[in-house]
Amino acid sequence: MNQTIAISAQNVIKAFGQGDHAVRALDDVSLDIRKGEFFTLLGPSGCGKTTLLRLIAGFEMPSGGTILLDGADITTLPPNKRPVNTVFQSYALFPHLTVAQNVAFGLEMLGKSKSEVTARVAEMLALVKLEPLAHRKTSQLSGGQQQRVALARALAPQPKVLLLDEPLSALDLKLRKEMQIELKRLQTETGITFVFVTHDQEEALTMSDRIGVMSAGHLQQVGSPKEIYTRPKNRFVASFIGETNFLGATRDPMGYRLDCGIVVQAPAAQADRVTLTIRPEQLRLVPEAEGDIPAKITNLVYFGTDTHCHMSLPDGTEVTARLQSPSDGESGLQIGQGIGLRFVPGALQVLEE
Amino acid sequence: MAKDVTHLPGFTTISMTVFAALYLPIVILVVYSFNSGEDLAHWEGIGLQWFTKAWANDQVKDATIRSLWLAAVAAVISTAVATMAALGTTRRGRFKGQTFIYVMINQPLMVPEIVTAVALLIFFAWFKVNLGYQGMGYLVLAHSAFCIPFAYLPIRARLESMDLTLETAAADLYATPWATFRRVTLPLLLPGILAGMMLAFVTSLDDVVITVFVKSAGQDTLPTYMLGQIRRQVSTEVYAISTMLLGLTVVLLVVFMALTRKKD
Repeated sequence: MNQTIAISAQNVIKAFGQGDHAVRALDDVSLDIRKGEFFTLLGPSGCGKTTLLRLIAGFEMPSGGTILLDGADITTLPPNKRPVNTVFQSYALFPHLTVAQNVAFGLEMLGKSKSEVTARVAEMLALVKLEPLAHRKTSQLSGGQQQRVALARALAPQPKVLLLDEPLSALDLKLRKEMQIELKRLQTETGITFVFVTHDQEEALTMSDRIGVMSAGHLQQVGSPKEIYTRPKNRFVASFIGETNFLGATRDPMGYRLDCGIVVQAPAAQADRVTLTIRPEQLRLVPEAEGDIPAKITNLVYFGTDTHCHMSLPDGTEVTARLQSPSDGESGLQIGQGIGLRFVPGALQVLEE
Repeated sequence: MAKDVTHLPGFTTISMTVFAALYLPIVILVVYSFNSGEDLAHWEGIGLQWFTKAWANDQVKDATIRSLWLAAVAAVISTAVATMAALGTTRRGRFKGQTFIYVMINQPLMVPEIVTAVALLIFFAWFKVNLGYQGMGYLVLAHSAFCIPFAYLPIRARLESMDLTLETAAADLYATPWATFRRVTLPLLLPGILAGMMLAFVTSLDDVVITVFVKSAGQDTLPTYMLGQIRRQVSTEVYAISTMLLGLTVVLLVVFMALTRKKD
């Protein structure tokens, strides 16, 4: 068994309901999560990411397949027998206990000595900077503070894997940004494997070592944020992570012939009919005569640092370019104006469908 | 602004009438229990003689002790059963026959008490004849049974408002199912359990119909003793006992409300 793998899900299936009404929340998912990495399960709601997390935690049993932790089969172990802890979306702090008692709970259940529990609780509260609030009831804390207690409580027993179920979704934007940095710091300091569930692509891109993109019970692509962003494997990943332009094309002896008739270069693929993608920031606008493709500006949207330029190609395909706004705010572009488009070399990706 | 029901004409009058109908007799009862005279309907001045008379009466003392003892035992038993029933009906998702189970548990609230009383009379008569046992066991059993729904309702309400994720979190933090119950579910459920126990206690303390049918000779509770007294001659002593019972109930209800109040 590979010693660098923390969690290994093999052909995991989870069906809800009976017979004809059964819905497969997870349909044959296989995934390896490496030791010590910050792994994010990313996808829209209902894609199965939380179900996979709950299977790893042991809150639900899979309908098929195997889950390994450090090479040992934990598929049917109850949650209290798994060295895995969870930070819940609602935090699920015990309302009848103080902050310190919440953090101590897991340690006490593991039968640690009193002195060990006291020392570890102090250490964890210092880690999340909550020492002054140790003896408060959790209901007296703000959302961000509750979040920290939940983290300290889950990290205290030193789990092999920490599971985080959309833990930032209840926080406001500013606090969310702070907690993103905080989470990354905790992960680096503790060296514990984090499995983070979110539907927020920006959160996934900024924090993760690797991302698993999920949709409709399937794992669509696994890779580093850069790989996922620059080389999406299919249309779903390309459109879910960031914005992108889709261009229909047909294979041609010279490369690919776009639907507007122009031939471009892109990595070779098997299929004759493909979709090419390019990110809005990888499109360059040049005077009409110098461009690879002629386009017409249909709309300009000012976003402060960026300006989004919506254009239509001769065959009617809509594309968007993201341009840095000039310092004086005047791009010199006008709606209705004809313009030349140029692709950043190597930026075009091929999706086979 | 839309008018709510409190703005309808006559609302104040009707509500005042209802409150008067509910509380005026009780107020009169309490006032007359402090009457210093012998006459029930004639006010002669403030005095505590009926309270001291009731207190000195061995039959009253005997019935009071029996009532309190019976109510306490019945409350404990019915609350234990109700807690288990509430856990069973709320902690396993929806299941077939759930509504039927609810109806079964709450049966004493819906079936006329006299029916239960007669049924118990016949049922227990068989045991009394065949076993020769005449003790308090029958009353304890009967009271424990009809107190169950009163204990069940607040406990179930408390369980239903409890966040199930808390129990999941406990299991996630290495708590066995028993440790989860003892360290998380039970402490959070405790106000509901105490509230249920108090309702059961008051319900048992107050019961006449079933008690009259089930009790053996010499097993008078406070309400059946008072009923017996009134049959012979209406005595102001009964007023005094009622006032004391009312006082006890008010104390219990205040505690009940304090326990079930939603915390902010």
